[in-house]
Amino acid sequence: MLHETSSNPLSDQQENPEDVSSIDIQDSEEHEKESKIAVQTECLSVFFNERPALKDINLKIRKNRVTAIIGPSGCGKSTFLRSLNLMHEMTPKSKVLGSIKIHGNDITESNAVDVRKNVGMVFQKPNPFPSMSIFENVVAGLRLNGNNKKSELEEIVERNLTHAGLWDEVKDRLKSPAVSLSGGQQQRLCIARTIAVNPEIILMDEPTSALDPISTAKIEELIYNFKDEYSIIIVTHNMQQAARVSDFTAFLYLGKLIEFSKTRRMFTNPRERLTEEYVTGKFG
Amino acid sequence: MTGIETISGTPRNLARRKFVDKLMISLCVIAGIITILPLLYIFFFTTKSGLSSLNLDFFTQLPKPVGEEGGGMANAIVGSLILIGLGSIIGIPVGILAGIYVSEYSGSLTATLVKFTTDVLSGIPSIIIGIFAYGIIVLPMQRFSALAGGFALGILMIPTITKITEEMLRLVPQTLREASLALGVSRWKTTLFVVVKTASSGIITGILLAIARAAGETAPLLFTSFGNSFWQSSIDQPMAALPLQIFAYAISPYEDWHRQAWAGAFVLILLVFVVNLIVRYVTRNKFESSV
Ligand SMILES: Nc1ncnc2c1ncn2[C@@H]1O[C@H](COP(=O)(O)OP(=O)(O)OP(=O)(O)O)[C@@H](O)[C@H]1O
Ligand SMILES: [Mg+2]
Repeated sequence: MLHETSSNPLSDQQENPEDVSSIDIQDSEEHEKESKIAVQTECLSVFFNERPALKDINLKIRKNRVTAIIGPSGCGKSTFLRSLNLMHEMTPKSKVLGSIKIHGNDITESNAVDVRKNVGMVFQKPNPFPSMSIFENVVAGLRLNGNNKKSELEEIVERNLTHAGLWDEVKDRLKSPAVSLSGGQQQRLCIARTIAVNPEIILMDEPTSALDPISTAKIEELIYNFKDEYSIIIVTHNMQQAARVSDFTAFLYLGKLIEFSKTRRMFTNPRERLTEEYVTGKFG
Repeated sequence: MTGIETISGTPRNLARRKFVDKLMISLCVIAGIITILPLLYIFFFTTKSGLSSLNLDFFTQLPKPVGEEGGGMANAIVGSLILIGLGSIIGIPVGILAGIYVSEYSGSLTATLVKFTTDVLSGIPSIIIGIFAYGIIVLPMQRFSALAGGFALGILMIPTITKITEEMLRLVPQTLREASLALGVSRWKTTLFVVVKTASSGIITGILLAIARAAGETAPLLFTSFGNSFWQSSIDQPMAALPLQIFAYAISPYEDWHRQAWAGAFVLILLVFVVNLIVRYVTRNKFESSV
C-alpha cells in the first residue's frame, strides 16, 4: 500500500487533501506498487543512552529514486541513514525500535553483514583506505569477501571507476595510493568502491559537504545518472542540492519526520509552516 | 588608552615574553642533547672496545676455558636468536591480539581489566618475570631450558606490544572502520585487514622495540635459560645467550674475557640493529602509512 503515513506532530490543521500519495498516483508508472518501495520504516525510533534521537519515523522510500533528507543540524538525519544499514550496532548504548523493511524484508533481525552488502554507504569526508592503492580500494569489498580472481577484478575496477566518472583520470595510476588523489577524486573513488559490491540502495551522508563546487557538480551528476540502477538516499544541508538531485524530500526536525513529499512540492508549496520556514532559510 | 597597548602589552612586557620564549626553546634543546648523548657514548665505547676484539672466531667458535686464548660466542649468538624467536612466538601474537581487544572492544569490563593488567605488567621488574617462569616451567620440568627463557622474554614483550598496538589502532579514524563495515565486510576482517593494516607500521615499531628490549634482558634468563658453554642441542636444554655471556665475562677477573664481553656487547647492539633492518624491510609498506 502506498498511502503516505508521514506524521505531522507539529501540525494542528487537517491534512491537505492533495497529500503525497495523491501526487504519487499521478506518476505514470504506478503498476507494481509493492515492488517500487525500496525502504519502508515503521515506527522507527533510535535511542542513544536512553535519549531519543529519532522518534517514530514512518517513511516509504521509492525504488530507483533519489530521496533527500534535510533538516537542521542534530535533527537525526545521519541517525536515520545509519539505521538503514544497521550501523548503530557498532554504537554501544544505542537502541533501535520499530521495523525497517528493505524490498519487503524486515532487516532489523538480519545479519548486518548481509544487509550492508545490499545497502552501500558514502560518507561525508572521503575515506579511502590509506593502506591500499586506487585499484585495491575499488575491490576492497569484494576481496575481503573472498573474490580474488585477477582478471575479474580488473574488469570490475574499470567498470566501476568508469561508472563513477573517475576512470580517465586514474587509469594510468591504479597502483598509486588512494590518498594521493584530490578530495573530489577520493570521494568518487569511494563511490566506485561502494557500487563495486553491487548494492541496490546507496546511502549518502552529506557526500559533497567537504568538496569544492566543481567536484560537487560531478557527484551530483553521478547521483542523477545512478537512478536507473540504484535507490539513493542522500542527506544534505544544501537546499539547492536537494532541489537539484532529489525526487522526494523528507524534512526532519528534532528527531521527527515533519514532512515528506515530492521535492518540487516541498520547495514550492510545503504543507507545513515549519518546512517552509526551513527551506526558505528562516532557521536551521 | 589605546587599543594596541591593551592587546600587545607594553614593550617591557614584550621583551619579557620573548625572553621566556627563548628560555623555553633553550631548555628543550638542552633536553634533546641530553637524550642523544648517552646513545652516542654507548655507541662510541662499545664500538671502540668491542670492534678491536672482534674477529671471525668470535662468530664461529665456542667459548674457550679460562687461560686459553681466543674462542668466541657463536653459541650465545645463536642462543639469543632462538630465545628472541621463542619470545616473539609468544609475545607478538598475544600482544597484538590483546592490543586489538583493548582498542576495538573497549568499553567492556574485560577490556578495561586487560588494559589495567598490561599497564601493571609493564611495571613489573624483569627479574620477577624470570622467577615466574622459573616457577611455572623450570620447576615442573626439573631443569633450566631455553623454553623457560623464551617464555619469560615473551611475557616481557607482551605489555609493550599491547600498549603500542592499542595506541596505534586508536589513531585509525573511526570512519575507516565504518567504510569497511558498510561494504559488507565482517567485523574481524575489518579489524585485521583495514584497521590493523592501516596501523601496521606503528605496530611494527612497537614489536621492534619489544624485541630490542628482550634481546638485552639478562635478569629473566638467569634462572630460566641459565646459560651454556657448549652448543645447545634442543630448546628443552639450558641455552647460552649474549646478555648472560656478557654478564659472566664482564664480572670475571680475566682481561681476555673483558675484551670478549665488549665484543659481545657490540654484537648484541648489532644484532638488534640487523633484526630491525630485516623486519623493516620484510614488512615495508607499499605506501607510507598515513596514520
Ligand atoms: N553515537 C552517538 N552517541 C550519542 N548521541 C548521538 C550519537 N550519534 C548521534 N547522537 C545524537 O543524536 C542526535 C542526532 O544526531 P545526528 O548525527 O543524526 O544529527 P544530524 O541530523 O546528522 O546532524 P548534522 O547535520 O550535524 O550531521 C543528536 O542529538 C546527537 O547528539
Ligand atoms: Mg549528520
